[in-house]
Amino acid sequence: MKLTLKVWRQHDPSSEGSIETYEANDIPEEASFLEMLDIVNNGIIEDGGDPIAFDHDCREGICGACSLTINGVPHGKESAITTCQLHMRKFSDGDTIFIEPFRAKAFPVIRDLVVDRSSFDRIIESGGYVSIRTGSAVDANSMPIQKDDADTAFDAATCIGCGACVAACKNASAMLFVSAKAKHLNSLPQGQPEKDRRVLKMVEQMDKEGFGNCTNQYECEAVCPKSIKSEFISELNRQYAAATIKEAIG
Amino acid sequence: MAQKKSDTPDAKIPSGPIESKWAKHKMDSALINPANRRKYRVIVVGSGLAGGSAAATLSELGYKVKCFCYQDSPRRAHSIAAQGGINAAKNYQNDGDSVNRLFYDTIKGGDFRSREANVYRLAEVSENIIDQCVAQGVPFAREYGGLLDNRSFGGAQVKRTFYARGQTGQQLLLGAYQALQKEISAGGVEMHSRSEMLDLVTVNGHAKGIVVRDMVSGEITSHAADCVILATGGYGNVFFLSTNAKGCNVMSAYRAHKRGAYFSNPCYTQIHPTCIPVSGDYQSKLTLMSESLRNDGRIWVPKNAEDIGKPAHQISESDRDYYLERKYPSFGNLAPRDIASRSAKEVCDAGLGVGNGGLGVYLDFADSIQRFGKDVISSRYGNLFQMYEKITGEDPYSQPMRIYPAVHYTMGGLWVDYNLMSNVPGLHVLGEANFSDHGANRLGASALMQGLADGYFVISATLPNYLVEETPGSVSTDMPEFREAEERVRDRINKLVSINGSRSVDSFHRELGLLVWDKCGMARNEDGLKEALDKIPAIREEFWENVCVPGDSGNMNKELEKAGRVADFIDFAELLCNDALHREESCGGHFREEYQFTKDDPEVSSGYTNEGEAKRRDEDFAYVAAWGRNEDGTLNLKKEWLEFENVKLATRSYK
Repeated sequence: MKLTLKVWRQHDPSSEGSIETYEANDIPEEASFLEMLDIVNNGIIEDGGDPIAFDHDCREGICGACSLTINGVPHGKESAITTCQLHMRKFSDGDTIFIEPFRAKAFPVIRDLVVDRSSFDRIIESGGYVSIRTGSAVDANSMPIQKDDADTAFDAATCIGCGACVAACKNASAMLFVSAKAKHLNSLPQGQPEKDRRVLKMVEQMDKEGFGNCTNQYECEAVCPKSIKSEFISELNRQYAAATIKEAIG
Repeated sequence: MAQKKSDTPDAKIPSGPIESKWAKHKMDSALINPANRRKYRVIVVGSGLAGGSAAATLSELGYKVKCFCYQDSPRRAHSIAAQGGINAAKNYQNDGDSVNRLFYDTIKGGDFRSREANVYRLAEVSENIIDQCVAQGVPFAREYGGLLDNRSFGGAQVKRTFYARGQTGQQLLLGAYQALQKEISAGGVEMHSRSEMLDLVTVNGHAKGIVVRDMVSGEITSHAADCVILATGGYGNVFFLSTNAKGCNVMSAYRAHKRGAYFSNPCYTQIHPTCIPVSGDYQSKLTLMSESLRNDGRIWVPKNAEDIGKPAHQISESDRDYYLERKYPSFGNLAPRDIASRSAKEVCDAGLGVGNGGLGVYLDFADSIQRFGKDVISSRYGNLFQMYEKITGEDPYSQPMRIYPAVHYTMGGLWVDYNLMSNVPGLHVLGEANFSDHGANRLGASALMQGLADGYFVISATLPNYLVEETPGSVSTDMPEFREAEERVRDRINKLVSINGSRSVDSFHRELGLLVWDKCGMARNEDGLKEALDKIPAIREEFWENVCVPGDSGNMNKELEKAGRVADFIDFAELLCNDALHREESCGGHFREEYQFTKDDPEVSSGYTNEGEAKRRDEDFAYVAAWGRNEDGTLNLKKEWLEFENVKLATRSYK
């Protein structure tokens, strides 16, 4: 198939970017979206140009590195997939495709389609863990956990930290990401001792990083490649309110 | 067989009965008191299960850790893609498992080419790993009673695999990542992401630092420490197409090898039997379908060539060959990976393969869906079925999956002793990057186990044995050794960006990968290996004359990153083929066509094993090959003869 690509090009964080046009010819429809970009890049290199930079690694939907906004939608309009799982059979010959980075104030562009998502790491660093030292654990089966709770924790824990939720949100809010981590750890007995602190610290860090507030648009849930539920956000809000009150009254 | 004398450095295997070796070693190991630990600086390269868990654990103990990864976040290390599970000898299922049985299964699965003492230790600490991960909040699958669930994996007749749907690696890695973030927050770990190690620095023969390129700014910096830990994964991407992430590479390990570290058993490469088949030349990687699918899926091909091309449901039950069940009735579809892969190749070579180009076999869930219902199968493998559907556009609930073997894991790696230290003092190697635990073939769900065993439990106990002899902080980056290493790195980068040739880096990588897959893939022979060794120098020559690396080195340059990795893959491929050529036997993932059982062998006529199975030659090859370099760069082979005191060397049979 033959496509026209409109791609965001930006040399470095401080330079101005712009949309450039590329023709993509002879693209097999079995190819993945990133393989289509590989083919285009090979052509650019052979013509002596500068290939389009984009993040990618596992190419099977789990590492969370790939991060393209395709025709205005993070990871494209197919539901519950990452960019690397999108295949060209979902497009038609002659299509024009706009490709941009995941845009948010807290995700500055590094080059072309590559953004800096280290703000997510700093949120986890602020409290997204259980403080247990290696070697101090008791036998794994000494603490039975209801299957439903374990399954819910798992559903929340499947977040791949790609940032599509932020890129899709008009407020660039990270509430789905933060609430997923809170839900994962706070659903389990292991996460109880640090529950309040975790919620307060992660929300505080989220604000500090420049993410916006949630105004219940649910775009985050719609683009999430792992179908993380937006109801976790309301739960986070409740836990945050409770923790704030507890802190205030000591 | 008489024990032969090794010429590798002492592997430091503790004396005494195998059950007490690790306990004895820990007791005999040096300790460093907490006040002194903070004076020691440790560099950890890699942030996957092995590196992430090691960095976190060493920081908890008080060491000053610097951790480096090429990804934009340590949470994206490729351990995250492991699907099926992690083994542990918990015997929660009461089905006869024990440390001893896990030990035995692993030695046998590895085709008797791993070190007994290391494997026993691995089986021992496997139990602690599950405890540790559960305490971190890893949401393993549970039964309705609230206790942990298990599933079966290849090469075992017990259910000892703990899992988190088809995303076990992700959940374990997030556990290690969160532990790492906790330590970053506590100030014990300085994290450097988007940073690639380009050289190892040795001072007086000891590993004391690394040279790193900042992949955003292009800046080259040196980092000094009291020891260096590599946890940089395997070299599967030498084949270009593999199930590894695109960024996985051999550079750190190969750089260390160039600085003197022995590379062991590179020819032990694991070809995973259940991957989505190749569909075209544009393809950039292969996707694994977890081995756990073989719990409920049945593998078959048509019995008759005239049925090729027919839809699966039109081929009657009696016209199907469930070849694993036929050849290996006791293990059936759960035969170990090397055996399952070679069997798939055999039927496809015989012209019975299905799908594009005849390179595929069916993995069929119809029976299980009928037995358990679609919901149960979906709860077990939902995300895998979805992944398959996204890639192929076919629905595995209504038609069988098509699968074919693909490069997946590499058992070979840098040589290490029982302390996980290489022959270069101070250089420790963990996880897939070392060679020690899986022999010639790794069993499913054992990679996660080894990575976490090394990182959480082994290195923290053994590292002080090296450190205690060292004066902390004795090395700094203003020493000439660091300047020289930086110069080497800069020269190489400058050379790469100034060639300005006409071929892309990928085109060289594909050419190399195809050659290595053809001649040193699932089956190897002397002529093919010699042909590969003839052709690789020509690829290298053209690469260094005609590769095109656009842009400059002073900012993010993805082509430059790839070029450095491919340059090392080209050199490494030679080492791989030389190892495969020298090992004149078949064992595990190394199948030399010249060495297989024939109908004239007594083991075949007695029915113990099948024609065409791998034939080991223990008398001549029951050793670990440790490749060093002479001064002129030529290869120099050392042998560590393996001692089997607890397991009897035997021909593997899974019949």
